[in-house]
Amino acid sequence: MAALLELEGLVAGYGGGDILLGIDLTVEEGSLTCIVGPNGAGKSTLLRVVSGLLKPTRGSVRFRRESIAALSPRAILNRGIVQVPQERSLFPTMTVWENVRLGAYTVRDRGLVERRLAAVGETFPIVKERRNELAASLSGGQQKIVEFARALMLDPTLLILDEPSMGLDPKTRTTVFNTIRSMNDAGHTLLLVEQNARSGLGIATHGVVMESGRVRLQGPGPEVLSNPEIGRLYLGAA
Amino acid sequence: MYDRRVLMLLGLVAVLAVALLLPAIAPDSATTNIAVFTVMYVGLATAWNIMGGYTGYISLGHAGFFGFGSYALGLLLAKLGVAGGYEPFLFVPVAGVLTAVLAAVVGWFALRTRAATFVIVTIAFMFMLQLLAENLTSLTGGGAGLAFPNPPWRGGFFNIPFYYAMLALALVGLAASWWIRRSKFGLGLLAIRDDEDKALAVGVPAGAFKLTAFVISAALVGMIGGVYGYYVTFIYPQFVVDPLIGISMVLMVFLGGLGTLWGPVLGALILEPAQLWLAYNYGVSRLYLVLYSAVFLLVILFMPRGIIPSASELIARRRARAPATRAGATP
Repeated sequence: MAALLELEGLVAGYGGGDILLGIDLTVEEGSLTCIVGPNGAGKSTLLRVVSGLLKPTRGSVRFRRESIAALSPRAILNRGIVQVPQERSLFPTMTVWENVRLGAYTVRDRGLVERRLAAVGETFPIVKERRNELAASLSGGQQKIVEFARALMLDPTLLILDEPSMGLDPKTRTTVFNTIRSMNDAGHTLLLVEQNARSGLGIATHGVVMESGRVRLQGPGPEVLSNPEIGRLYLGAA
Repeated sequence: MYDRRVLMLLGLVAVLAVALLLPAIAPDSATTNIAVFTVMYVGLATAWNIMGGYTGYISLGHAGFFGFGSYALGLLLAKLGVAGGYEPFLFVPVAGVLTAVLAAVVGWFALRTRAATFVIVTIAFMFMLQLLAENLTSLTGGGAGLAFPNPPWRGGFFNIPFYYAMLALALVGLAASWWIRRSKFGLGLLAIRDDEDKALAVGVPAGAFKLTAFVISAALVGMIGGVYGYYVTFIYPQFVVDPLIGISMVLMVFLGGLGTLWGPVLGALILEPAQLWLAYNYGVSRLYLVLYSAVFLLVILFMPRGIIPSASELIARRRARAPATRAGATP
């Protein structure tokens, strides 16, 4: 598989000091990469750098071999890197269909928007079934799935999901993770940041464990999940 | 079972036919006078809804645009020496353009604010305009008023040209509102109403869109103000830049359904005839303000989203319950 996103020696932080202390990470095309780690490991900072919201102090960020570290968030979005934020981001008093349509607001080709709407409706049946209902009337998990659908309206090259299971009950969480897996099965490249390490690494093709601004371990998702050292340190295993 | 769209289209054609034939069905002056004012408020509420309903920016200063449109047409007709008749109607779009220019300037400043601050800025603008109309006596006539050309029509026919002029503007407003609601522009406006920052994040050019909606809304209100001025033939600052005109359009939209196409129409069809009925039966008083207050309180208490959204919700809930009940009845 070809490398889609490459981070090398990445150092970044805020006014008070560096949070990321030399990250080396590769996201391959078609993969589902899951980053886990305790609070303060630098996961969210890493996403901010990839999205262009935070400029690195050192190191490189390359997307399809092009350096994107100095680009604006809009320019990065235009290159196909789309992020679904951690917090609820739907428009509550607009319908499900309107919310999904808004995902492609910057796309001018009407025919293309209609084709993508049809495709997203097929991938996520809830979008079609509840198209005329207000987004606020959906459950937390359903809203998250509509957020995924909206993100796919831009036909992203890399879809970043920031803690998608946050605040969801176990049953809904399973549905959301199954949806993430099926998006990957359909050919989308995903970068997932997740607190729930078991669920995240369980579906990932590639797992990354971060601690204190550094990558402590990476490898195939199931291997990382079954690593006894990591289990003891981060997953609460006995 | 008939297709829902066909039924709606038939209903629409029927309503339009009644509106077009109303002067023939009920030609007496009292009825056509009520019809002129009712259709005027249908237009005003629809125009206000394009800004307030679709973007969520509540303007209480639209009476300023109504008065400006009225003065703009009156002054234009006076300067050009246009005589009474059908010709003054041809200048109504010019009053609309002038109001649009004013709205673009006002909106440029006012739309830098949000929520309650925007409401206050629009009220301040309206009173500023009222004061200007009162004090620029060499231009507006001040408290002595401004005269329009005398319409030449007499008796029962007098109201008819004004009725059709108001109806035409109301239909233009409805067509604009319908188009906006279905367009990408309208989708952007609704996103702004829900959350302006999120709207910006998905690529909606919020600043330009808000200003465009504000200008369209004000231009329509200005044109209606122009026709109103010609109808009453003499205008005074306190009667055309009247806060109650602004509040009435807002209340009609809230009653019928904020941000819906037909809500403002329904609100105007209920409130304006009721107000005129009170005026005819109990004399010209401010009794209707008591009615307005009562309606406003009832709407806020029982139907905060207005009649149409509340009714749609009720129907949707019943429909959702019906199959479940039927399924439950199956042995």
